[in-house]
Order: sequence, then C-alpha cells, then structure tokens
Amino acid sequence: MTRARPRGRRVGLPVPVLVLACVAIVFFALPLVGLLWRTPWADAWTYLADDDVLTALRLSLVCSLWATALSLVFGVPLAWLLARVEFAGRGIVRALCTLSMVLPPVVGGVALFAALGRRGLVGEYLDRWFGITLPFTTAGVVVAQTFVAMPFLVITVESALRQLDTRFDDASRTLGATRWYTFRRVTLPAIRPALVAGAVLSWARALGEFGATITFAGNFPGTTQTMPLAVYLSLETNTDEAIVLALVLITISFAVLIGLRDHWFGRPDRLQGTATA
Amino acid sequence: MRRARRLTIALIAVLGVASAACGGGDTESAGTVTVFAAASLTDAFTEIGDAFTVEHPDTTVVFNFSGSSALVTQIVEGAPADVFASADPSNMTKLTDADANATEPVVFTTNLAAIVVAPGNPTGITGVADLATDDLIVVQCAPEVPCGRYAAQVFENAGVSVSPKSLEENVKAVVTKVTLGEADAGIVYVTDVIAAGADAEAVEIPAAVNVVAEYPIAVTAGAPNPDAAGAFVDFVLSDRGQTILTSYGFVEP
Amino acid sequence: MTLTADIALTLGTLDLRVDIEVAPGELLALLGPNGAGKSTVLRCLAGLAPLREGSVVIDGEVVDDPAADVFVEPEHRQVGVVFQNYLLFDHMSVLENVAFGLRARRTPRADARRIAYDWLDRVGLAEYAGQRPRVLSGGQAQRAALARALATNPRLLLLDEPLAALDAGTRGAVRRDLRQHLATFDGMRVLVTHDPVDAYALADRVAILDAGRLVQVGTFAEVTAHPRSRYVADLVGVNLVSGVVADGALMTPGGATVVIADALPGPAFAVIRPTSITIDRHSPVGSSVRNTWPGVVADVDRLGDRVRVGIDGALPLTAEITVAALESLALRPGDNVVAAVKATDIECYPA
Repeated sequence: MTRARPRGRRVGLPVPVLVLACVAIVFFALPLVGLLWRTPWADAWTYLADDDVLTALRLSLVCSLWATALSLVFGVPLAWLLARVEFAGRGIVRALCTLSMVLPPVVGGVALFAALGRRGLVGEYLDRWFGITLPFTTAGVVVAQTFVAMPFLVITVESALRQLDTRFDDASRTLGATRWYTFRRVTLPAIRPALVAGAVLSWARALGEFGATITFAGNFPGTTQTMPLAVYLSLETNTDEAIVLALVLITISFAVLIGLRDHWFGRPDRLQGTATA
Repeated sequence: MRRARRLTIALIAVLGVASAACGGGDTESAGTVTVFAAASLTDAFTEIGDAFTVEHPDTTVVFNFSGSSALVTQIVEGAPADVFASADPSNMTKLTDADANATEPVVFTTNLAAIVVAPGNPTGITGVADLATDDLIVVQCAPEVPCGRYAAQVFENAGVSVSPKSLEENVKAVVTKVTLGEADAGIVYVTDVIAAGADAEAVEIPAAVNVVAEYPIAVTAGAPNPDAAGAFVDFVLSDRGQTILTSYGFVEP
Repeated sequence: MTLTADIALTLGTLDLRVDIEVAPGELLALLGPNGAGKSTVLRCLAGLAPLREGSVVIDGEVVDDPAADVFVEPEHRQVGVVFQNYLLFDHMSVLENVAFGLRARRTPRADARRIAYDWLDRVGLAEYAGQRPRVLSGGQAQRAALARALATNPRLLLLDEPLAALDAGTRGAVRRDLRQHLATFDGMRVLVTHDPVDAYALADRVAILDAGRLVQVGTFAEVTAHPRSRYVADLVGVNLVSGVVADGALMTPGGATVVIADALPGPAFAVIRPTSITIDRHSPVGSSVRNTWPGVVADVDRLGDRVRVGIDGALPLTAEITVAALESLALRPGDNVVAAVKATDIECYPA
C-alpha cells in the first residue's frame, strides 16, 4: 500500500546514503572519463589496425569465452554441491574453491605451475604420459583464466541455490522427474538470473586477467598474449597505444555488462513467493 | 604525451608495481634521500644504501625499485625522487628529454647478458647457438623492455634464430620460469643469475656476441634533497660502491 | 487400492510414530496442531523423507521398508502431491506446469500438452494456459497445482494444507470448489490440515495427530463425540480428564477424584462440559452435587453475555457462567472458589 505523498516529491531518499552513493559513482566514472580525455583519438585507428592488437583481442575473446564455458560446466555442479549437500569439511572446500579470488594472481600462476607445470604434481605426468604441456600454450591461458574466474560464478550460483526453496525440487520429483531432470528443468531455470550474472562476472574477470596468465602461460603474440598483457607491455614503450588498447577492452566489457543487465537483471526474482503465501 | 605519462602512474599503481610513494612522504625533511632504482639493482643498492648510511649517519636512504620505464614515468610526473638509477640509457634519455635531471647522467656500472639454465645445466647448453633448437623451451624478455632488446641483439650478433615460447614482461620472470623448471633456458643479466643463487646456473655468452648493458645514474631536477642526492651518487661511483656492485656480478664501466 | 503406512521417524525434536490405513476411494484427513508431524507423514508417503522403521505399502507394492532395504524414489511412486503454497514453477507457463509430470515421464510433447490442456479445462483454468503462474489468484493456483498432480494419474493424492495459504475471505469458496474437484478423483487421498473445518468438510475419516502420535482415528463425528486428546477437547470446547476408574470414581494423576455414574473400572476419559460446572464461594451444603473441587480463579474471559472462568487446582477446569452470575459472585483472578458438577453430567468412556 502506498501512502499519500506530496506530489512532485521523490520517494524519500536518505540524504547521507545518496551522497555516499554519488561519491561511489564518481569514483568509478572519473578514471574512465580521464582515460577518454587522455586518449589520442587521432592516432587511435593506427594502433587498432595493428595485426598484433587484433590478434591479442581475438585471443582475449576466445580464451575468456572458453574460461566462462569451463566455469559453467564445472562451477555450477560445484555450487550445487556446496549449497545442497551436507558433508564434512564443506566450509573448507568452499574456502579452497574461492581462494583464487583473494590470491594475488601472480601467486596463482606460480601455484598453477606447481600443479600443472612441466615439473608440477600432475603436469609432469600429463607431459610424460600424454605429451600435454599447458605452460606457454593457449590452453594454459584458458586454465589460468578459469582458475581465477570460476569462483565468481560459484559464489553467485551457490547463493542463488541457497535462496531457492528446495521444495520445488520435491514437487518435481513427486511429478515423476528424476534428480537429473529436476536439476535441468527446475533448478537451473529457476536460478537463470544468477547463472547469467555469475557467467558475466567470471567472463569479465577472465577478460581482464593478467597476473596468473602472464605467469603461467607466459606472453607470446598469437598464442598467449591477451589484451591485458599487450596493454601492460605497450605501457613500457608507448603509453598512447596502451591507452587505446585499454579502451578497447573497456568498451567491450561495458557493452556486454550493459546489454546483459537490461536483459536479465531487471526482473523480479522468479519462483519465490509463487501463489499467495 | 606528458598527459599520457601522468596517467601511466595510475595504471602502474593499479598493476601492483611496488611504489615508494608511501615512503616518500617525509623526503622534505633534511637527511632523507629517495632513490628510484632499476629492479635489477635491488640487492646491490640495498647494500650500498646500508654502507652509505654508515658513512652518513644523519642520512636515511629510501628506495623505490621497479622497472626503469615505470620509474622514469613516475619521476617525470612529479614523484619525489632525488636520484634515478636506470638499467638502460634509453630510459635515462626519457628523463633528460623531459629536463627532469639536475646532473648529467653518468654510467656507473654495466651488466652483461648470460644464458640462465637449471642447476647442473641438464640440457647441456654450451652457447647461444644451442638455443636455436625447437626441443628446448626458451624464454626471453619482451622487446618492449631492455632485456628483451639485449636478447635480440645477442641472437643477432651470434647469427642464430631462436623461437622463444614466451616474451616475459621483466627479467626476473625469465629467471623464475627457468628456476621453476618450466623453461629450459633464458637470456638474462649475469647479476640475475647470481641473485638466484643455487636455483640457477649461468652459461656465459662470449664477449664477441655479448652486449654491454649500461646503467646511468643522475640527480633529478625536482630532488627534494639535492645535497644528499649528490652524496649518494658520489658514493655509488666511489671504490666502496663499485666493490659492492662487482660483488653482485656487475662490471665496472 | 489401499494404502498402509507404519511410520517411524525421528526428525530434529520430532519423534514420529504413526500407523495409518486408507481404503480405496477414501479421503483421510490428518488433523493436528502445528509441529505435530503431519507434513512429515506426507513426505514419508511421497518418498521425500525415508523411514527409519516401518513400511509404506501402496496397492500392495512396498515402496519403503528399511528392514527389507526397499526404497522407491518419489518419481517412481505415482503419488501426486499438492504442496502448501502450491509450488508452481514460475519459469514455465501454467500449461507447461500441468504437462511437467507427463513430460518428465517421456510423454510426447504434443500429447502432454493436450492432456494438460484437458486438465486445465476441467479445473476451469483453460484461459490461463499460456500465462505464468504468478498471475493466478490463490484459489486458481491451488486448482492448477491440483491439475498438475492429477495429470500424472497418481494412485494416491496427497494434499498439504491446501487452504492455509488463502485469506479467510476466499477460503470458504475455494474449499467448496476443492471438494468438488476432489470428488472427481476416485483414488486414495490424504489431506493434511490444522483447520478442523477442512477436515469436517472434505474428509471421510479424520486422524488426529499430536506430538508425533496418532491419538484418535474415526469419522469427524466419532472423534469429536469422544475426545481422547487435549487437542480435540479444546477443539470441541470441553474439559477432558483422564485417569483410572475404580469404585465409581475416576482418579486423576493430579490427585483429584471425579465421581461418575455407571463407569466401568479401568483407564478412562471423562468429559466435563463448561456449562455443567457451577461456581460457588463455598462448598454447597446439603446438595445433591457429588463433585466439588476447590480451586483458584486463574482467568476470566468475557465472550458476549457468557463468561469463561479458568480455575486452577488439583483438577484444572474451564467453567462457563453468565455475566449476571459473574457479577453476583464478584469473581476476580486469585479468588478461592469451589467448582461443582453433578455426577450424571459427566460423560465417561474407557481410554
């Protein structure tokens, strides 16, 4: 029930909250505006038309999409396990699987070496038995990006699964659906907004990934040099080029974030509070 | 271009490169000298700083070690540095081009390139020519950074064509790839191999094909403490300073 | 077509031991206070909560028997459930909700949609087929949930508080509606409710569940005529006294004696109607009243021109007197009084 309010007045916003929120907006907007202001627009096209830049851009997109796909394939079941199954040490497993969020990415890269490198725990056997080596390969880039990006998906999806009433699963089972059918047709569609949000978050994280990638996969144009690496290295010699490249990365991320938000996040939460309750 | 450089400071800070800005707050006070030095000088300059303080008990030395190009950008953008020690002349040129130097740059030491391999040299590398095989995983610095240009120069001098697996962003990353066993060999500075201790071994590059990396030093134009800065530069050039540098693998010019 | 369930299960603080049987075509209501374990019984029948001991047998098929290591998953039990709040899937249309069970059982899409549409038509929701469930009113959502459960052709239909989610204004109409639709399903039905009106209006038999135990089973009239639990006694509005009869009197565990007429010896219940109780300041002298119990007035509740007086003592009672009587006695909480009842006004039956 809305109460009568004087016309023309906005919904009562607490002023301190509004002020702090505006500070936050400026905090995020200002660096971007600064970047735009510094951009050497006249030369921008010359830098962009560079083959190496296009190669890095393509590699960035391909690798980040692969990392997102892997995060979905493995992260959603992991989130489900963490949200729905009670087992000893669940807290430890959760901490373990989200550790790479707080780990300095370069350390993450070193840790990946220890596991999957040529002398790594598993990597040694991958190399010896299957001839698979991940460091310095495009697959290595995907592994590094997935390592740091997947936790964002896991956390988002787990939280959505926790909020979802498990009785919807029960209802599905009594209607004759197996656990797997229920998972696909009831659980996943119900958390679709969280799935999309989680996927976008992890994609954005993968796209911007720098530390773990350059450490674990190295930097070589065409195979492992993604946009953030190209930006970083061009900072050494040509700041103008670095800014233009950074801007490309920002533009793509910005477009995707805006596009998806409009499509997916504006909706009321589904499934909860169906009927009257 | 200047604007862009100013912006670079922010970008570099975001990328997590160590910054001495936190320690530079009290450089106004007499007795503190802030030295911006190339990362490869970290160990040698730390010892030089200690020795300098013994001779000048009233002076405190504060270091900011980072990539030379990042340092020169910070100085040009107004970071409170007294002394700039660069790993290559080109970054020092950036400083002089911006009229940000108070004294004429002096080459205070030099460094030589070397091949870094795992301890015991398991792949049996004897020289640059051995790096030209595809069976080896060779890494070097990216052409954007000085050690990458030196590596390219060495390969050109030796007339070999090497296909590196990775172009690392700095020389320490090259050493790390080899000490972790992920790469078989890399082109780095002699001093880096010495700093790695028992984890790595150097294969010398003959003088005929090697390059000499010159390290210039200068007092900055905006030095908050020019007297102490001059004293520090003198100390680096003194016999005491040169002895310390030599003990870390640097070569007197 | 019978259901036999012998359920033993511990869930948190609830210790459930329930034995129920449902005859073909019968609707059994499980009635009891919140937390009695009613919904848990339904979950056991549906296969959503495995038994610790006992068995569930539907149409001669054992679907749960821990001793024999038998457990049939919910999706293979052919048990339809209408859940509390209905739990319609809001990411699909109403039609897809009703078709869900058929699709899950691999009915071809076109057939499933046709059957689902027929069911929607039957419950009067055909016009909402393409809509999302969130547009449905409470009563409509209930019908959709019923159609969804029945579309899978279950052997047993379970309804968990189907009217609790509705506001009081619409509950009556929806209940009449539900009775109609339930009548068209000739399988066994078990309804869980905390509202005696639901049990009275919808059920053939009522099973009273209190604190995990079945305390009474029978038709609604049988159950309310002879309360055997505090819950039913409160429901009917009478005082229930339990004890052991010997020598024409019932002795309560609290030490009170209730003189009764024509009682058989042994454990028994006695029902004392509040209107049969008289209240005096002092014991009546030379009266025909056989029972007088001293006590203290605990509370006084006015209900129109009647007053309910709670009396604490060896035999706690609720008496009902008129406002005039209250005023002439000038009763206040804390006053000492004597409650009196004629032996012939007390109904007594074996426990």
